[in-house]
Amino acid sequence: MFVELLQFLLSGVTIGSIYALVALGFSIVFNASGVINFAQGEFVMLGGVAAVTLVEAGVSLPFAVMLAVAIAGVVGLLVEKLAIEPAKDADEVTLIIITIGASLTIRGMVQVLFGKGAHVLPSFGGDKPLRVLGATILPQSLWVLGTTLSVVLMLAGFFGKTLLGKAMLATSFNKLAAQLVGINANFVLFLAFGLSAVLGALGGVIIAPITYTSYDVGLMLGLKGFIAGTLGGLGSGYGATVGGLLLGVLEALTAGYVSSAYKDALPFVLVLFILFFFPRGLFGASLTERV
Amino acid sequence: MTIEPRFRGLLVLGVVVLLLPFALPNSFYYDVAIRIAINATIAIGMNLLIGYTGQISLGHAGFLGLGAYGSGILTARFGWPSMLALPVTAIGTGLLAYLVARPILRLKRHYLAIATLGFGIIINIVIGNEAAYTGGPDGMAVASLSLFGVEVTGERVWYGLAAGVLVFVAWMMVNLVNAPMGRALQAIHGSEIAARVAGIDVAGLKVRVVVFSAVLASVMGGLGAHYSGFISPASSDFMHSIELVTMVVVGGMASVYGSIVGAAILTVLPQVLGRFEGWETMVFGLILTLSLMFMPRGIVPTLRLRLVRSEA
Repeated sequence: MFVELLQFLLSGVTIGSIYALVALGFSIVFNASGVINFAQGEFVMLGGVAAVTLVEAGVSLPFAVMLAVAIAGVVGLLVEKLAIEPAKDADEVTLIIITIGASLTIRGMVQVLFGKGAHVLPSFGGDKPLRVLGATILPQSLWVLGTTLSVVLMLAGFFGKTLLGKAMLATSFNKLAAQLVGINANFVLFLAFGLSAVLGALGGVIIAPITYTSYDVGLMLGLKGFIAGTLGGLGSGYGATVGGLLLGVLEALTAGYVSSAYKDALPFVLVLFILFFFPRGLFGASLTERV
Repeated sequence: MTIEPRFRGLLVLGVVVLLLPFALPNSFYYDVAIRIAINATIAIGMNLLIGYTGQISLGHAGFLGLGAYGSGILTARFGWPSMLALPVTAIGTGLLAYLVARPILRLKRHYLAIATLGFGIIINIVIGNEAAYTGGPDGMAVASLSLFGVEVTGERVWYGLAAGVLVFVAWMMVNLVNAPMGRALQAIHGSEIAARVAGIDVAGLKVRVVVFSAVLASVMGGLGAHYSGFISPASSDFMHSIELVTMVVVGGMASVYGSIVGAAILTVLPQVLGRFEGWETMVFGLILTLSLMFMPRGIVPTLRLRLVRSEA
């Protein structure tokens, strides 16, 4: 009974960490520009698929991981430079559709270059499950949790301590005022896309040994990360993290106790519930709209 | 005889619709034309929501799926006549749309995108899982449509029906956007607060538009299901919602004729791209991104602007 619950919680926290990384990426771009970047999920896919391909080509695992994350980061920067920046003044709907167009382009390219097959990445620390109070946990799950924790701490340090991080925060609070004190808002947006792509790809790489990865996993991961961000209140870093973990745990509990067929519906039921009763998200600050 | 400028477009549309049968060589082209008309009608309804009122929906395929499966299930599994099944399904979809939209539309704009996205995906998952009623991932066969005891069959009859509905909805929309309600919707797009100050019931109007576009999608989804005789869960998935929004945005926001052009492009494109085995996703993505980067207003408004400039 208890062991079963613990098992569900452990797997929930593992997948929830990935949702948290995706949600953090959504938040960073949303803060910098107000754009909801629907290509975010494709960076997760890109990280996983690129790492697998590099390993299969004979590159050593640690190097393949770093290279895969770097590739996704560059693609993120390219998306901002080529698709978002030229259309920056367009309508919100238009911008959303442009990010969706970019995500289809990335997915289509991966499909052409790497094929439709599902791949699995070798795990980082062996495949022998560890026993925790009767439940089992894969060593890879520990890698996932450790990586996510360090990323959250590093981001907190980046936004709290470095000049660049503070510049990004300032831009999200008030773009005009930030520009008046000499912050290059265009560069901040450029950086935000790169950073969010790196976060997504990192999530994609560390989860690839547990779940299979293929060209089409980005859509659902992206949507769930987006929902996780909404649960925490889009734009809040801690909210995104907690939202991701919460979503992962609730999803695992639903799959375990209610219905595995409806596991994928849970995030979307949850988000409607949250919007009806906590419209600012669980942790979003209350804002008044400027006229 | 002078025609009011706003009806000139309708006249062109009517002439095109009447002359098109003489240019359609075989039933394949009829099929494409019928599906363009069905999609265009849905897109016009969504344009009222997206283009005129400035609200985003990422879940309209869910409403379409409700209409298609509602009508399909009521006729096939419960033996209802299609003339009863279609309106009952439409009313049900409208009620659901009202229940979802009412609490959400008090909030800022991108929350409607999230809520409709969630709603659409829930509908899609339910359709995929409830195989006893929907046939699950394999889809289900749908009975043919009969109106007033006469079976609607044959490409010419279907073309007449679909094109007739399209022209009627376009006429209704051209009148609506120039009426006080249409102007109120455009005021909401400009600034919700200013619209409220001017005495417009912002939330109420937005809910009405959501319900209207959802009912239209539902009815056309039902008609489309009876027309093709088969439906699958893909008709209600997230990607189809995106295709519907794309018709509106690529064709031209706040342009009734833009929606028709957008629907025509998005309906024909997959047929053309089908030849590029494996490349179609990438080409579709590139076309979508590039067309919006270079024509952020959409095709029809951009061309119209260029025409006006060259005249002046």
